[in-house]
Amino acid sequence: MSHQDALFTYTLRLADDLLILSHRLSEWCGHGPILEEDIALTNRALDHIGEARNLYTYVGQVEGKGRDEDDLAYLRNERQFLNTKLVEQPNGDYAHTIVRSLLFDAYHLPLAEALTKSTDAQLAAIAAKAVKEAQYHVKHSSDWLIRFCDGTEESHRRAQEALDNLWTYTGDLFVMDEVHQQLLKAGIAPDLTKIKAAFDATVDKVLAEATLKRPTDGFMATGGRQGKHSEHLGFILAEMQYLQRAYPGAEW
Amino acid sequence: MTDVQNLEERFQAKIDAEQKIEPKDWMPEKYRKTLIRQISQHAHSEVVGMLPEGNWITRAPNLRRKAILLAKVQDEAGHGLYLYSACETLGVSREQTIDDLLSGKAKYSSIFNYPTLTWADIGAIGWLVDGAAIMNQVMLCRTSYGPYARAMVRICKEESFHQRQGYEIMAVLAKGTPEQKEMAQDALNRWWWPSLMMFGPTDANSPHSAESMKWKIKRQSNDELRQTFIDRTVQQAEVIGLTIPDPKLKWNEATQHYEWGEIDWTEFNNVVAGNGPCNKERLAARNKAHAEGAWVREAALAHAAKKAKKEKVAA
Repeated sequence: MSHQDALFTYTLRLADDLLILSHRLSEWCGHGPILEEDIALTNRALDHIGEARNLYTYVGQVEGKGRDEDDLAYLRNERQFLNTKLVEQPNGDYAHTIVRSLLFDAYHLPLAEALTKSTDAQLAAIAAKAVKEAQYHVKHSSDWLIRFCDGTEESHRRAQEALDNLWTYTGDLFVMDEVHQQLLKAGIAPDLTKIKAAFDATVDKVLAEATLKRPTDGFMATGGRQGKHSEHLGFILAEMQYLQRAYPGAEW
Repeated sequence: MTDVQNLEERFQAKIDAEQKIEPKDWMPEKYRKTLIRQISQHAHSEVVGMLPEGNWITRAPNLRRKAILLAKVQDEAGHGLYLYSACETLGVSREQTIDDLLSGKAKYSSIFNYPTLTWADIGAIGWLVDGAAIMNQVMLCRTSYGPYARAMVRICKEESFHQRQGYEIMAVLAKGTPEQKEMAQDALNRWWWPSLMMFGPTDANSPHSAESMKWKIKRQSNDELRQTFIDRTVQQAEVIGLTIPDPKLKWNEATQHYEWGEIDWTEFNNVVAGNGPCNKERLAARNKAHAEGAWVREAALAHAAKKAKKEKVAA
């Protein structure tokens, strides 16, 4: 695989995670459990979409075919999206939303920190901007998880259920395939075993404080990075891309 | 002279001297009640108003528009928070205020009982609905109750950004493809009259107006504000080549104002009475969010109580 192709694919993976998670979080807007959380989740959705936009613009430059952020977000199909299955999972109850976020945040923060040292200057610059936001994201999701677990019997039960349901989707986050290996050698992408160690440390610390049981790494659902998604993604794209598809070439 | 008369005179003198009334100042019970009604309606309008716009966040046509819309709806949530807080300074808890919304007892702006059918409706809401709201809110920056006036200063800054982004959406659509222009015109046709209704009944039929003017809660009448809005907006429509859906609209050189048609007050009364296109959906959505969020709020309270207890034991 050419270096350009690998960088294109890798950057797209980073961007797609953020766009799809942003989409899910934005579904809460106006429907949150308390007004402060409407604001917090919208904030997170904005952070993710902001980082995704920078990454898509860079993907377009790497590809060199004149595609911009919107071409990449709105005019690709299900199999061309390379996000993890984790971020496309439905919001469920608030515990599912928070756990999904925590599992992503615990991966995203060390990833962003590592990418600031990437030999790719553009990826490093985008990551540098994301680190501060990612620190807040970890705090937001872990604070809520601890609240759930220390709160009531019901909230503890819901949190454990969410964790058990979503754990399998963390597998996708740490897959190091040929694309990744190639960029790892070039010093562009970080070693995901190290990111996994940081993820484990964060998750274990939060789960210990929350008195939640960490599920065992049994069967882990992967495939997202190769565009093999759950059935949810098609509906996300149908909704998100509707106007661009219905009015091809229109300016908005 | 009784004590109350004396207090009322001093209160009115303060208002006449353009001094702000603050939470701990004496105020007539009716002034307090009027403000609670008005500020809570305003807060509810911000929160319910998140629904019609939130309806398009996941379908926004490009990433820039999506980010702007997210930021805008987030602002509305923030406005709701300041206003619920302003209401609390008058001695009514946020929980009570919200319960009144959920039970259908409290009102919110009827405009949000209209549906957002196409993307152009997001433009029309920003341009017309926020545009109409600003007319009222700029006036409220000088309202006599301090916490309300101060909340409004901040809200106005954000609302003027909302109005501009809405107008920009409409401008882009109006010079887009024929289908887009039609979408924009259709949105203007549907939102124009409801936007004019936002200013409330005519002065002759406005039950609370006289007292509110005397207390400087309100400083301009419904009809004055409505006319200013029309004068401003007609020109904006002309600039982008859209037509205001009012055959009677005509510039009057002598008055320097537009003459315009007649609001359908039957429709207005119907929507206020709960029979608008989305009244049931809006209230149902708020109730659903509240009910599904109950265990989250309970958990947060239980955690806070346990934490406080632990800290007390440690101390």
